[in-house]
Amino acid sequence: MNNRSSYHRQLEEVSPLRQRVMGIVFLLFALAIFVFFISGQDLAAKRASFGLTPGGAKPELPPLIVAVQPALYLFAVLCAVAGGVQIARGFKRWTNWILGAVVGFFILAFLTWAAAGKSLNMAGLLSTTLVKAVPLTLGAMSGILCERAGVFNIAIEGMMLSAAMVGCLVGSLAKNVQIGIPNAGLWIGLLAAIGTGALLAVLHGVLSIKYKINQIISGTIINILSTGFTSYISAKFMQPYPELNNPGIFPQWSFPGLSAIPFFGPILFQNTLFVYAMFVFLIVLQVALFKTRWGLRLRSVGEHPKAADTLGINVIRTRYMAVILSGMMAGFAGGYFSLGSVGRFDEVMTAGRGFIALAAMIFGNWMPLGAFGAGLLFGFADALATRLTILQIRIPSEFMLMAPYIATMIVLAGVVGRGQPPAAGGVPYEKE
Amino acid sequence: MNAQENPKQDAGKVLLEEIQKPIQHPKAGSRVLQVIAIPFLAVVTGLLLGGVFIILTSEEVYAAFRQSFGSGLLAAWRAAWQSYVALFTGAIGDPARIVAALQSGDGLEIRRAFNPILESLVNTTPYIFGGLAVALGFRAGVFNIGVEGQIFIGAATCAFVGYSVSGLPAILHIPLALLAGALGGALWGFIPGWLKAKTGGHEVINTIMMNYIAFRLSDWLLRGPMKAPGQHNPVSPKILETAMLPRFFESPIRFHLGFFIALAVAYLVYWFMFKTTWGFDLRMVGANPHAGRYAGSNVTRNIVLAMTLSGALAGLAGANEVMGVNHNLAMAFSSGYGFDSIALALLGNNHPLGVVLASLLFGTLRNGATRMQVAAGIPIDIIAILQAMILMFIAAPAIIRTIYRLRFKVQVEGAVTIRGWGGKS
Amino acid sequence: MEPVLELRGITKRFPGVLANDHINLDLMPGEIHALLGENGAGKTTLMNILYGLYQPDEGEILVRGKKVEIHSPNDAIAAGIGMVHQHFMLVPVFTVTENVMLGEESTRYGDFLDTRKAAAQIHQISEQYSLEVNPDSYIKDLPVGVQQRVEIIKLLYRKADILILDEPSAVLTPQEVGELFKIMRSLTEQGKSIIFITHKLREVLEIADRITVIRAGKVIGTTRPQEADESTLARMMVGREVELVLEKPEYKPGKVVLKVDNILVTDDRRQIAVDGVSFEVRAGEVLGVAGVQGNGQTELVEALTGLRQVVSGAVTFLGENITNVSPRRIIELGSAHVPEDRQRDGLVLPFSVMENLFLCTYYKPPFTKGPVIQWDVALKNAEELISRFDIRTPGALTNVGALSGGNQQKVIVARELSRPIQLLVAAQPTRGLDVGSIEYIHGQILDRRNAGVAVLLVSTELAEIMQLSDRIAVMYRGKIVAEVLAEEATKEYLGLLMAGVPQDEARKQVGPIEAKAVRGRELY
Repeated sequence: MNNRSSYHRQLEEVSPLRQRVMGIVFLLFALAIFVFFISGQDLAAKRASFGLTPGGAKPELPPLIVAVQPALYLFAVLCAVAGGVQIARGFKRWTNWILGAVVGFFILAFLTWAAAGKSLNMAGLLSTTLVKAVPLTLGAMSGILCERAGVFNIAIEGMMLSAAMVGCLVGSLAKNVQIGIPNAGLWIGLLAAIGTGALLAVLHGVLSIKYKINQIISGTIINILSTGFTSYISAKFMQPYPELNNPGIFPQWSFPGLSAIPFFGPILFQNTLFVYAMFVFLIVLQVALFKTRWGLRLRSVGEHPKAADTLGINVIRTRYMAVILSGMMAGFAGGYFSLGSVGRFDEVMTAGRGFIALAAMIFGNWMPLGAFGAGLLFGFADALATRLTILQIRIPSEFMLMAPYIATMIVLAGVVGRGQPPAAGGVPYEKE
Repeated sequence: MNAQENPKQDAGKVLLEEIQKPIQHPKAGSRVLQVIAIPFLAVVTGLLLGGVFIILTSEEVYAAFRQSFGSGLLAAWRAAWQSYVALFTGAIGDPARIVAALQSGDGLEIRRAFNPILESLVNTTPYIFGGLAVALGFRAGVFNIGVEGQIFIGAATCAFVGYSVSGLPAILHIPLALLAGALGGALWGFIPGWLKAKTGGHEVINTIMMNYIAFRLSDWLLRGPMKAPGQHNPVSPKILETAMLPRFFESPIRFHLGFFIALAVAYLVYWFMFKTTWGFDLRMVGANPHAGRYAGSNVTRNIVLAMTLSGALAGLAGANEVMGVNHNLAMAFSSGYGFDSIALALLGNNHPLGVVLASLLFGTLRNGATRMQVAAGIPIDIIAILQAMILMFIAAPAIIRTIYRLRFKVQVEGAVTIRGWGGKS
Repeated sequence: MEPVLELRGITKRFPGVLANDHINLDLMPGEIHALLGENGAGKTTLMNILYGLYQPDEGEILVRGKKVEIHSPNDAIAAGIGMVHQHFMLVPVFTVTENVMLGEESTRYGDFLDTRKAAAQIHQISEQYSLEVNPDSYIKDLPVGVQQRVEIIKLLYRKADILILDEPSAVLTPQEVGELFKIMRSLTEQGKSIIFITHKLREVLEIADRITVIRAGKVIGTTRPQEADESTLARMMVGREVELVLEKPEYKPGKVVLKVDNILVTDDRRQIAVDGVSFEVRAGEVLGVAGVQGNGQTELVEALTGLRQVVSGAVTFLGENITNVSPRRIIELGSAHVPEDRQRDGLVLPFSVMENLFLCTYYKPPFTKGPVIQWDVALKNAEELISRFDIRTPGALTNVGALSGGNQQKVIVARELSRPIQLLVAAQPTRGLDVGSIEYIHGQILDRRNAGVAVLLVSTELAEIMQLSDRIAVMYRGKIVAEVLAEEATKEYLGLLMAGVPQDEARKQVGPIEAKAVRGRELY
């Protein structure tokens, strides 16, 4: 029999145009380091001090002192070399990794330059990054659960917001409940938050699976509803009665022993429940999606629902399950805002994080670990934005905050290769 | 054989066919009734459920139920009734007061009595532009969820031209400022349109991203370059008087020329979409891009054009608010118009006339809700809840059909099938 | 012997259509039972009922003498029924193993997939039935023939002993079909029973043990290959005498209209699909391009009509270079295109018949005055074309999506052929249509040829190619591997060429070819 795959030979493996463009991009990074950070600046004697212990943590490490000028030259040369090699023969399939490294060098150069003659708490920055990444990663995982089963979910924002509000309200009401565990009220609040997410997910499911309405519109309905509903309750009850808006906050919990590891210890092992839960969910979801029967079936429903149906997999039920789990995950993320972060509910407190989570999901190519990476990147931009003000760098923090959105648009444009979204995403399943 | 497959059909045509069939209730006017039945019932059901929500969140009702069941019911009725009366008088005006004012002949009093209904029209105006923006996009096969950001950028460019260009007479300054607003919005629509056409990046995600970029950008503008000198708050300088849209009555009535501009633009959009070759081209590509390409249309250009025009319409909404109402640019002034526009477009079946009617409804509701907040203590956010529910019933007419046991089938046309966030499809 | 499967009085109604009307059918152990019928006769509906995708309105199903209720594919699988669908039900981004075990996964430690165990089982099945496949390949990398094997393995993995194959030969070369038939024989020898759905008479006569013909939802009769021939089967299928040979005036080629010179075209994945193809089409002739689906024909047609970028080479139309010019320019020069996928490319389904009838010319007078469309002119044009091309529609303002497949195709043909054209590019112009529509469209194409239009006909139906063409080009792996006069072509010869056998060897294999070989015999 013919093997037609050999006939389908690729015209070019990596288009030479893209290879050259990438090379030029790398060189531009090198040039940017030189132009913006090195030339015309008085750096010869300057040193940058990077703190390696987050504020107040023990044991304290001596800060890392870097001579600014040599470091900057090093980063510029590394970028330039990468660019040269890329133009000359190309990194082929490693190109995107090298791109990541070059961007990394640029960010390090930027930090070195920003901290020249001053001190920047590196550990604090990373610690903030991790914390900021939590709602984004949780939200992105909510999106992954939904979209891997073929249902778009742009309602992560609304689900998180409603969950934050209900969690806060219930947590406040249950504040004095004593059931033998510490912070019982908070736990009840968190359960309520998860339940709220699930409830909204049921609505999303009914609208988009049963009534087959456009999933974007269904998501929009939930977003509008959530904004209205939470602001309404907040204005009518939570503002006039402050005791309804005071659930307390989940305490930080250090891993005994592990938190004493220098540098990494305080960053990773002195956190609230939400950070640890994020790591657990991350690993569980990554393994479950790709190694278990549950995950195989869920993905098959998102890729080719008809095929799944002919093999006896209940497409509708699987999609409902995925959407509801997605809602629960978003609800948990919502709980983070009111119960894990500030201990109260403010109107529209999610402030678009649900949409950045969506972006992180796309950026991470619908993979939990990828989404976590994207979450860290976006969290870093967020954390850096506030530091810049402190360091009195004359770059408006607003531009820093735009970075995730712009990065997502670049990824969607396919500049760094195409992602592989679930094939049946957005299409309601019809049994004919 | 004929009815073998029956994919999406135009609502109007389905109705025509329904009518050609033997009619079961041959009442006159049933045709009109059928066209508006679903939107009408959606609105009524939304309001009813809103009433239930008001009752459920009313402390007085619970207190009354604790006394007796009867007084509880009474309190429930009163809570809902009072709220909606406040909504009505806030939106349309108090009939008694209007009559009294007319009898008294006092100019100020008459203006005050008529203010609510005119204020509703003021609220309607940006909705018309926003709804048209989304509707035009839907008809052309793109889902512009970025109206919010486009409004913002349009408002910013318009405000800039409004306060910085001086020495022009109003007859030139007003069109120039409007044009600036349209161009600003157009740019914000063009970018995702171009990205979709050239790279396949999905416009839903890209316009959402553009929204947030717009918010951050205006944050920065209002804290920096566009901040009014001497002002503590992040607001832009007031636009010049020559750039303000003329108002028809004295204060407190804010009713201004913008409403008529909106109606004119709605007609223009109608003419463009349904009477011209360009509109046909857009709708053809929107309904089936593959067939559009096959028939010789430039699909890329059409997608870019549709997003640009859609953005321009949204930009006009922003310009209208700056030139007619606020007279400067402030942070978060447009809260929610963008997402409401999606509801408007669907409620109006993506037809300019429908959009105008839907906007009148939403503008009225929004205006009435302000009054409701003061008079009945119902937070204005009730309006978002109502809108979400109306949108839900419009988008899923099957729910309405089930509730009211309607037999005929009307399909909302124009909802684009979204498939994949990226990649050319 | 007791039948393994028996259908009694199966009836299924769809709104406005009686898809299955009291159908009775039985299947003996080890038998290949062909279900023969035209497109739209109700074969697929019946099989979907058997597989639990539809519920019958009346009737009962007996498996090994016992009445069973089949509400879902699960029930069907449990009853030992498996189905290979016409459009493969495989997840492209999954491996063979994942696809095969989906729904019936082997697991360990609870819910964890045991890929190795499943792969071993697949290996064992492929040994037993000689269905060679690598369990670790991704489906998207496999050729169609191998994908079909995966589908069959899927059924065997589920221990199905009643196999339903829905139009399995549609995507295969004649030689691959032979391979498939061998597999089917080996399956029945090992005790499996097969229902073979097709509309191809010749295949039925070759492989089936029994043949049941259905038409318009009813069983017309059951027969055996020994007792039937093609013309009796055709008559049963269509319900009347079928004109198997078309009258064709003498072949008088005129000037060169379309000249294709060494073009290279890639597909969506940037893989070479058309690899240095050259040919000419002259006025007054039909050049048929034969080939198995997926050998570059789609891309070739798209390149000629401006829908796809030509990487290198040149296309000349009436002396004008039209390489990579816009589709509109090509249309305006006088080219008509009947596209392969009519619902995707040829029609705007939510638009009216009227709008679809001026889809390519709406921007020109008389349909416009300035930028304004003259809807009254459009309506008059539509009404005229509807009566001239006999389009069965309730009215010019009806949505084209509400018409039957045949009438949809007539809308396209009416639109394309009513323009003054010099070239007609027709791709799969009769795919999926009923016999009446096929005859009509063939007639229209020949009419154009006789009127001096150059016709490029691309079809995977060899019979269609042989019946209409004056010259035949065979496409294989993106290349034109042979060009022959229609008189000199036989089905066997073309089949070998389509399978990639070199021209001289193919000629050797089929022996001397008599001119005017039997033409048009196998329309079905």
